[in-house]
Parts: sequence; C-alpha cells; structure tokens
Amino acid sequence: MALSGLDIFKLLPKTNCGDCGVPTCMAFAMKLAQKKAELSDCPHASEEAKAALGAASEPPIRLVKIGGANALEVGNETVLFRHEKTFYHQTGIAVELRTSEGKEKLVSKIKEVEGYAVERVGEELTADLFFISHDSKEKADFLTAIRLVKENSAKGVILDCGDEEALKEGIEILKDERPAVFLRKEMGEDDIDLAKAYDINLILTDSSLEEMAAQAGKAREAGLNNLILNLEASNVGQHLQNNVILRRSALKKNFKPFGYPLISCIRANSRFDLLARASMLICKYDSVIVLPEYDRALLYTLFTLRQNIYTDPQKPIQVDPKVYPIGEPGPESPVFVTTNFSLTYFIVSGEIENSGISAHLVVADAEGQSVLTAWAAGKFVGETVAKFVKDIKLEDQVKTRKIVIPGFVAQISGDLEESLPGWEVIVGPQEASDIPSFVKSVKLT
Amino acid sequence: MTFEIPRETNTGKVVEVTIGATAEQGGSRSHTVTIGGATALSFHFFEGEHPHRPVVAMEVFDKAPEKHLEALKEYFGGVLDKPGEMARKCVEEYGAELISVRLEGTHPEKGNKSAEEAAETVKEVLESVKVPLIITGHSHFEKINEVMKKVCEAAEGENCLINYVETDNYKTIAAACIAYGHTLVAQTPIDVNLAKQLNILLTDMDFPAERIVMDPLTGTLGYGLEYTYSIMERIRNDGLAGDKMLAFPMLVTPGYESFKIKETWASEKDYPQWGGLKERAAYWEIATATSLLLTGAELLIMYHPRAVEVVKKMIAETFESGKRG
Repeated sequence: MALSGLDIFKLLPKTNCGDCGVPTCMAFAMKLAQKKAELSDCPHASEEAKAALGAASEPPIRLVKIGGANALEVGNETVLFRHEKTFYHQTGIAVELRTSEGKEKLVSKIKEVEGYAVERVGEELTADLFFISHDSKEKADFLTAIRLVKENSAKGVILDCGDEEALKEGIEILKDERPAVFLRKEMGEDDIDLAKAYDINLILTDSSLEEMAAQAGKAREAGLNNLILNLEASNVGQHLQNNVILRRSALKKNFKPFGYPLISCIRANSRFDLLARASMLICKYDSVIVLPEYDRALLYTLFTLRQNIYTDPQKPIQVDPKVYPIGEPGPESPVFVTTNFSLTYFIVSGEIENSGISAHLVVADAEGQSVLTAWAAGKFVGETVAKFVKDIKLEDQVKTRKIVIPGFVAQISGDLEESLPGWEVIVGPQEASDIPSFVKSVKLT
Repeated sequence: MTFEIPRETNTGKVVEVTIGATAEQGGSRSHTVTIGGATALSFHFFEGEHPHRPVVAMEVFDKAPEKHLEALKEYFGGVLDKPGEMARKCVEEYGAELISVRLEGTHPEKGNKSAEEAAETVKEVLESVKVPLIITGHSHFEKINEVMKKVCEAAEGENCLINYVETDNYKTIAAACIAYGHTLVAQTPIDVNLAKQLNILLTDMDFPAERIVMDPLTGTLGYGLEYTYSIMERIRNDGLAGDKMLAFPMLVTPGYESFKIKETWASEKDYPQWGGLKERAAYWEIATATSLLLTGAELLIMYHPRAVEVVKKMIAETFESGKRG
C-alpha cells in the first residue's frame, strides 16, 4: 500500500538538515512519495522508517522470475480489470514432460515445443516453460529429463518430484537456471532449507484459502519471497472464484500472503475441455498454466487469447505501415487504403478477402489509430496519405491509378486528389462489411 | 495475518428477461428461457445471486454462407440450407437451448428474399422445434425494417428475441416488437456510452426494460476480442454499480464472428503453424465464448457443435461450484 507524503514525513527525523540534498524533511517526504528520491539519500533515517518504507514499496503482487538468462517474468500485476490500466506480465504457458514417457518421446516433445513459434501482429508467440514431473521409478529418469531440457532448450523449468534426493540433484543441474520447485505436500523445513540454499522459486500447494494463507505466511517468515501459489480447486468455477479472491485480497486488502503469482495444472478429459479451462484461467489471473498435452492449434489459440488479454488497452496494436497483397494482386489490381490500427487492418483485409478479389491494401502510418480517430488527429488526411503513397513509391509498384479510401473520411478525397496528381480517389463504404457488395457495384480500376 | 474473503456487494441487479411464450402465454413454445438477474459479476457466487445460467443458442440460415462453414459440414451435412431440419438437429442432437434464424438472404445484395419468404422461414422453424427463437437480421435498414415487421406479425405472441436494432434504426422494429409481443436486442459498436444511449432511446419510447437484451458487438479471438471483453466488463461493472441503463443481459455471437475469419476455415496445408483445422475451428469459438462468459455474457449464439457442447459443460461446471459455495 502506497504511503502518502505526510505518512512518510512522520517517519523522518524532521531536522531539516538538508543532508539529503533537499532543504526540508517535508519536501524530501514528498519526493519519496512520488518515487523521485530514495530513503538511502537520508543518512539519518531510522530503522523503523526503513522497515516501514520498505514494506510500502513492496509491490502488491511480487514479480517472480523462472529460468536463467531468458527468465520468464510473472506477477507484479496491479489491477483486477484490464481496462483499469493493463495486465503486465502475460501468463506463462508450460508444457508438461512426464519421465514415464521415455527418453525418445521426451526428446521429440522438447524439440517440437522448442521449434514451435507462430507470428501474429508482429509478435512471435511461443510456449515459455517445461514442467517436468517425475512419475517413473528411477531417479535417473528424472535427471535425464532435466538434462534433455537443458541441452535442447533455453526455456525455464518447473520441477515436480516427490523423491527428495532426486530433486536435490536435479536442482544442482539447474543451479544457474533458477527453476521453480512444485511442492505437492505442505511445505516443510527441508523445503525451506532447499529454497534458501539454491535461491529457487517455490510453488506452494493447498486446497483451502485459509491454509494457503498460513503456508505462504510461514514461507514469508522464513524469509522466502519467490513464491508461486497453486490453490487446487474441484472444478473451474471454484478455481475462478479462488483466483478472484486471491488477487482481490492482494490488491485491495494488501494481504501479503496472497501477493504472489498463481499457477494451475489443468486437467481435462479432452483437448476441447482443456482449451476451455485454460482460456478462462488466462483471462482470470493465472500467471502460469501447465498443459498436460497440446497440439499446434491448441497452442495457437491460447497464444492468441493471451496476446489479446495482455494487450495494453491504452496502446493500440499497430501493424507495419506498408502495402499488403490480398490474394494474388497484379499491377492492374485495385488499391485500397486504410490506417495501421491492427483491428482496422484485420477487418478490412478480411472483408477484401471475403469479396473474392485480389487487391493491394495500402496501410498508411497513422500511429496505430483507427480511421476516424486518426482523421480527427490529422494523421489520416489528404496530405499525410499522399505523402505515404509517395514515400513507398506506390506508382512504381502498380499501374492502377484509382485509390479507394474509407467512407468515413470522404471529406479528404479532394485534398488527396490534389496532393496525388494523376490519381482518382474513390470513396469506399463506411463499414468494412460492405466491401464485398461495394466491389461488385463500383469499377475500381 | 488472518484471512477474510473480501466480498463486495452491489446495489444494482441485471434485468431479468424472458424469451419465448408457451401456449398459456399465447405462444407455442414448450418452455421459456430466462436470463439475467445477477447481483454480482459472472461466476462470483461467493458474493451475489445468479438465478439463471447463461444459455447457448445455435443458428440456422435462410441462406447458408457455405464458403466458410467447411468445418461444420461434417456435423450438418445436407441440412445447412434447410433451416427447419437444421434447427431440429441443433436442438435434438447438439443441445441448442434456443435457435437463432439468420435472415441474411433478405439483404438486397445477398439474395434479396422477400419479407414473406422470411416469415415462411421463421414459421417453418417455429413448427420444427419448440425452443424459443431468436430472429437475426442485418444492417440494410430499409429492407430489414420491412422484413422484421412481417416476421414479428407472423410470429405474434411467440415472444421471439428480435435481433437487432441500432441507434440509427430502432423505431420501426421496436414498435413491431411492442405490437406483436416480442423481446429486442439493442446492438451498438463496442462502446459503453453508445450502448447506454440506445437503451435510453428505447426506454424513452416506453419500450419495456424487461424486454431489452444488449449486444455490445462481438469481436472474435484475434480480431478485436479484447475490445469486446473490456467493454463488457465495464458495462457489467457499471450496471451492477447501479446504472440501470447498462444493467441489461448481454448477447454475444462467437459463432457468426468466428466463422467469418480465416482461422476457422484456412487449411493446415496453407498455414502449418496454425495446426489442424478440424480442432482449430472449434477451439477458436470455444476460446471466444468462454472468455466472454467471464465478462457477463448471458446468451451466446454459437455454430460449432463441439464448441456448444464444451461451453455448456463449462457453464454447468461453474454453476455447480456456485451451489457449494
């Protein structure tokens, strides 16, 4: 919970000595509250002040890093609804590897996941973690699985192993890779010692809110802070409610034991159910989900949902401003122009495609704004569109000399024609959904 | 630190809307469907009442958009262009709780079927199934006004959900709903204020509040879902906080929107990174529908039978957890 300037002032020496570089303690307190100064600038701060300010600056949900050089960062969220600000650290997607699957299968699975990436709106989407569960007898199987991941992948690892000796040796292999250890039973003294010795992340498991609070409280008292919570639920409805209660407690009540990222191992009878549960838990607050199985279509769907939910609502996603071919356009094909707001691009390109024609879609740089917003801001007017058309040398790419503009900016047609000698401007429909009928009724070339 | 469940109570309540009419009520449906009534956010059973489960409707067509329904052919074979038979299949085999009859074929550029033909299609579906109906139109104002007037009259007393009116075209259809006893969808383009404004316009013409369902316009996964998702969360938050003009049940259309986009019909051969089409077509609709359920969607119009099955299962599962507590 943030302290006000006045709260901080009460903790300062109130001597106005100026040693911190600010003339008065009050002014220094104000700077601290705005996070423009640090308490260490004051050589006379008491231990009490340090403790109070330290706790106040702790984020409501801790940032936890899983992995080595390319660690996945999860947590540090500040809101319950994305429209309040944004969600910061997208849900990590972990693929489960079971030691009972055998070496050959594991190798092919690791390589497959490692080699799978799909591009969407300029982002490369991939899975983030491997979850290794030791469900065979031999300790060697577990250690082999860990080595296979280490050899073939840079992704972070979560270890789930009931055999303490195997677990310790496994952690030793990953000692520079900061794994997370999944505790199936209540955390014991051994676990605390292990977590301290290797500075790893601990995943606490429990099935009731109260007991989870007690366990996390105990871990905090022992000085452990890199925690992830696995609150088991009997069904997805209970799970969603738990997640709301956990996040609300952390953000609104400043309830520290719940101020950690959440994880769930999703179980389902079919891939379709698996996808449904995973989708809901991505929306409602899981920071890591573990998939017992997967296929490309399932990962692609979840990646897309995750990208949608974790997009900053205040920052529109942009596509690269350039000419996009729709279908297989030739030099004589029609030319459409729109802005580089991703949603606008998707809808317009989709409707041109639906119309069955091939065309060139000129996506002008409008700082990622939609047509009307960009027009109102002067980013999508005759002059700017003409400049873009000239900059990309469209005249060298196509023979067509007609350009279709969105119906909502019919008023720019005069200016655009003036700024683009030799071109005829055609006013298209206001709604993209009318493009298919529009192309049938108007001669575009 | 002792732990206490942080409960929040709301002053508002989502309006309860009933669709369909039985013989005693002047219609011919075997039962009615009621949605809305919640006093807390979706699935927040720990802090409010949720008297009615969200329901799943399936859609039939007066003119099937076959090009994009490749993934559905396996389930519907030859009945995609036979609305009556398709409706029966949806209800009896795939568990549809309502049927939406989409009258796209009446659009002047998409077949220009007459209002009389539309009314015949609706009657055919009314006879073939006994669940409540949704009648879904399009945005050609002049034509849809004519079609909906005729359809409202032909289905008098059935309390169909007439889908939809917009801010620039609501009076004729709303009047027909009042005259012939139907419920209405108010559609606005992904915007809280526009949604509120249309609801005010409707109630100002004495349209009964308990007969309004809102459609905030669905963007499917990867094509604007995040906008719909957040607008719906804001609408529901405001509605529960006491804004009566935003406290209506919400309709979403994951089926229609998903089956417009490439991800549900492009082959794996052309897009190897996207994985198998057979699963992908259902996955896409499931992810769209389940995420919107969390924002407060009460009525979902869906296409893929596998997606319908899964979404109904998730609704049942979340409500099961509500009973316990």
